[in-house]
Amino acid sequence: MLTISNLQKVYPNGTKALNSISFTVDQPQVIAIIGPSGAGKSTLIRCINRLVEPSAGQIMLDDVNIASLGRRDLRKARRRMGMIFQEYNLVDRLTVMENLLSGRLGYVSFWRAWRRNFPPDDVRAAFKLLERVGLEGYQDTRADALSGGQRQRVGIARALMQAPDLLLVDEPTASLDPKTSRQIMRLLVELVEEQGTPALVNIHDVALAQTFSDRIIGLRKGEIVFEGTSQDVTEDVLTDIYGEEDWSLTIRKANGEDRGDDQTQGKNNGYLREAATG
Amino acid sequence: MSPSLPDQTPAPPRWNRLRMIENPALRYGLLCLGVVYIIWSIGVLEINWHRISTGIPRAGNMFVRMVPPDFTRWSLLVKGVLESVQMALAASFFGMLLAIPLGICGAVNLVPKPVYFVARTLIILSRTFHEIIIAIFFVKIFGFGPLAGVLTLIVASTSFISKMIAEDIENMTPGQLEAIRATGASFPQLLLYCISPNVLPRFLGVSIYRLDANVRHSTVVGIVGAGGIGQVLAATFSRYDYDFSLAILMAIVSLVFLGEFFSSWVRGYLR
Amino acid sequence: MTVTEHAKKYPQVWRRFSPRTTLIHYAWYLGIVAVAVWSVSNLDLPWGYFLDAHVQAMDLATRMFPPDLEFWDTLAAPLLETIHIATLGTIVTCAIAFPIAFLAARNTTFNTATWFVGRFILVTSRSVNTVVWGLFFVAIFGPGPLAGIWAIAFRSIGFMGKLVAEAIEEIDEGVVEAIEATGASRLQVLTYGILPQVLPVIYGTAVYRWDINIRESTVLGFVGAGGIGILLYSSINQFQWREVSLILCSVFGVVLVSEFVSAMVRQRIS
Repeated sequence: MLTISNLQKVYPNGTKALNSISFTVDQPQVIAIIGPSGAGKSTLIRCINRLVEPSAGQIMLDDVNIASLGRRDLRKARRRMGMIFQEYNLVDRLTVMENLLSGRLGYVSFWRAWRRNFPPDDVRAAFKLLERVGLEGYQDTRADALSGGQRQRVGIARALMQAPDLLLVDEPTASLDPKTSRQIMRLLVELVEEQGTPALVNIHDVALAQTFSDRIIGLRKGEIVFEGTSQDVTEDVLTDIYGEEDWSLTIRKANGEDRGDDQTQGKNNGYLREAATG
Repeated sequence: MSPSLPDQTPAPPRWNRLRMIENPALRYGLLCLGVVYIIWSIGVLEINWHRISTGIPRAGNMFVRMVPPDFTRWSLLVKGVLESVQMALAASFFGMLLAIPLGICGAVNLVPKPVYFVARTLIILSRTFHEIIIAIFFVKIFGFGPLAGVLTLIVASTSFISKMIAEDIENMTPGQLEAIRATGASFPQLLLYCISPNVLPRFLGVSIYRLDANVRHSTVVGIVGAGGIGQVLAATFSRYDYDFSLAILMAIVSLVFLGEFFSSWVRGYLR
Repeated sequence: MTVTEHAKKYPQVWRRFSPRTTLIHYAWYLGIVAVAVWSVSNLDLPWGYFLDAHVQAMDLATRMFPPDLEFWDTLAAPLLETIHIATLGTIVTCAIAFPIAFLAARNTTFNTATWFVGRFILVTSRSVNTVVWGLFFVAIFGPGPLAGIWAIAFRSIGFMGKLVAEAIEEIDEGVVEAIEATGASRLQVLTYGILPQVLPVIYGTAVYRWDINIRESTVLGFVGAGGIGILLYSSINQFQWREVSLILCSVFGVVLVSEFVSAMVRQRIS
C-alpha cells in the first residue's frame, strides 16, 4: 500500500529533519511512530501527503509516487489519505456536518461545495459516520461548541469521509485528558479494523502506543532506530530512542487487555465504498 | 515615584501621583523641549497676526450671515446629498468586491511572496495618501464629476477592507488550512471552507463601517471637484453664500448621523 | 444488512439553512446588487473615459518620472509647515478636548445639561471633516497655517474627547472615593484621583491622533489652510508632474515615518 524509500527532509535553515527513512505499510493495521520531540515524527507524517515538501526520496502509494506529483495530481492523491490532527483543526465557525463534508471537497465541484449541495451518498455516509463516532444528532452544532473529545471524533470522521486508503494521524491525543485519549485511540483502532485502512499514528505516549498499535516505529534524530511489535519494545529499545532513563515503569506487558476490542475482523472496506457500490 | 514629591503635595491627600516618565530629568527635559518646539514652530509659521485680529469680527459677521440657514435652494441640496449617498453606496459595493482578491493576495500564508509584496505595496500606497490627494488625480484623469469621486472612494475602501482581510487571514491558526488542504481541496474550495468562515463576520462588519466612512468622505472629495454635496459646499464658500453653507453643513451632519445609525443597526443585526 | 436499510435510516439530504433562511439570504444579495446598480446608473458616469484610462495613466506615469529633485529646495519649508500644523493642532486639541471630556463623562460632569453640552460639542466636531473645518477657518482667519491648526484641532477634539471621556467613565472609583474621603476639593480630586488614571489614555490618543493629523494636514492646502497641499495643488494645476511626484514621495515618507513613530510611542506607553 505505502512504501517509503530514502525519504529526506532538510529545512531551508539547514536542519536535517528526516534522514533516509524507509519503511513499508502493507496491511491494515495501526502503526505507531514514537520518538522524542524534534525527532521528525510530525515532519514524516506531513511529508507523506506533502503538507511539507520532502527534499528527496520516494513515497509510493500503491503505484503512485507522491513525491513527484504535480499540483493537480497531488490533490487527487491527497484525497486518498485522511489526516487527523493534534489540535483537531476543525473549521470552528462551520457546523459539524460541514466539517464532515469538507472531507469530500476533493470530489465535488466548487459550485456544489459553495451551495453545500453534496451527493446523497456523501450525506448518507456522513450521517452514518456521525453515528459511528458517537455524535448522532450533532450535525447542526457549530464545531466551536464541542468539547475536545467530541472535536477529535469529528476530526476522525472527517478523515474517514474521504474513504481513504491510508490514515495519517498526528498526535491525536496530545491535547486530550487520559481517559478521553484512550477512548479516542480505541475508536481509531476499531475503525482501522472495520474499514481496513492502515493508520500511521504519531504518538509520544509510549504506553498508549504499546496498547493500541500493531507495529511500532522508533524515530531518533530523523532516523528509524527501531521497528517491531509492541512486545519488542524493551528498556534497551527505549534507551536507544529517547536516551538514558529508568524505563521499567513505562513498559507495559501489552497483551490487548486494554484494547477492549472484540476483534470483529469483518473487513467491510469502509462505509463510503459500500454505499457507492451497493 | 519621584522622591521630591511629598514637599510639592498639598497637605491632606498624600497620593503618589503616577508619572508616565519616572526619571525627573528626562521628564522636565522633554517638557522644555516641547515648549521650545512650540515657540520655534510658531515663529517659523509666518502667521499674519494683523489678518487674524481682523478675523474675530469677521467671524462674528460670518455667523450673522449664516443664520438663519437658507433652505430655499433645497433641490440643489437634495441632488448633492443624493449624489454623495450614491457615490458612497457604489464605492462600498465595488470596494468590497475588489478587497476580496486584494486581501487574499496580501496574506503571506496563502500566496507566493512576489504576489504578497505587490498586494501589500498597493495597500500601503493607497492608505498613505489622503483621499483628497487621490481624488485630485482622478479629477485630472477623468475630469470633474462623481466618477472621480467614486473611484477615489473605491480605492480608499478597497485598501481599508483588504488590509483587514489580509490581517485576519494571517491571524488564522495554520492548522485549519492544513486540514482542508489535506483533504485534496482546490484553492477556491480552501477559500470557501476555511478562509471565508473565519473572515466573513468581520469582513461584513468592516464593510458596513466602511459604508458609513464613505458617506462621510463623499461629502469632502467634492471640494476638489469630485462630485457630491462637497462640490456644492465649496462653491457656496467661495461665493460667500454662508446661509446656504450652513444649510448644507446641517444636511451633512444629519447625513453622517443617519449613516452611523444605519451602520450600527446593521452591525447589531449581523450579530 | 442491506443497502435499502441504510437508505431508510440515514438522510440523503442535508441543508445548512432552511429554505426560508436561504430565501432571506438571496433577498439580501439581490437587494445589495440592486442598490449598487441604482447608485451607479443614477450617477451618470461617463464610461467612455475608461477606454483610454490606462493610456492616460501610463502617460501620467511617464511624465511624473523621474522626480524633480531640485524642487526639494522649494518643498522643504511647506513640508515642515505640514508637520507643524499637525503637531500644534494636536497640542491645541489636548488643551481643549480635556475639559470637554470631563463635561462629557457621566461621572465627572456637573449635571445633565452640561453632559449634553459636552456630548453635543464632541459629536459636532466629529461630524465635520477636517477639510470642511479648513474652509471655515480660512473664511475667518484668511489663508495660512493658522486656519489649518484650528481646522485640525476642531476635528480632533471630537475624536480625542470621546476616547478620553470613555476612559474617565471607566476609571477606578475606589481611588476617587478615597481622595474625596480626605476632604479634598473638586480640583484636587481631579488632579490626584482622576488625571493620573486617564493620563496614559490621553497621551496614547494624542499620539495616535497626531499620526492621523499628519495625513490630514497634507491636504489642508487645497482649501488654503497651509502646508504642502498648496504646493501640490499648484504643481498639479501647472502640470509640473515631476514636481508632483517628488511631493508625493515626500508625503509618503513623512506619513510612513509618523505612523512608525506613533506606533512606537504608543507601544512604549502601554
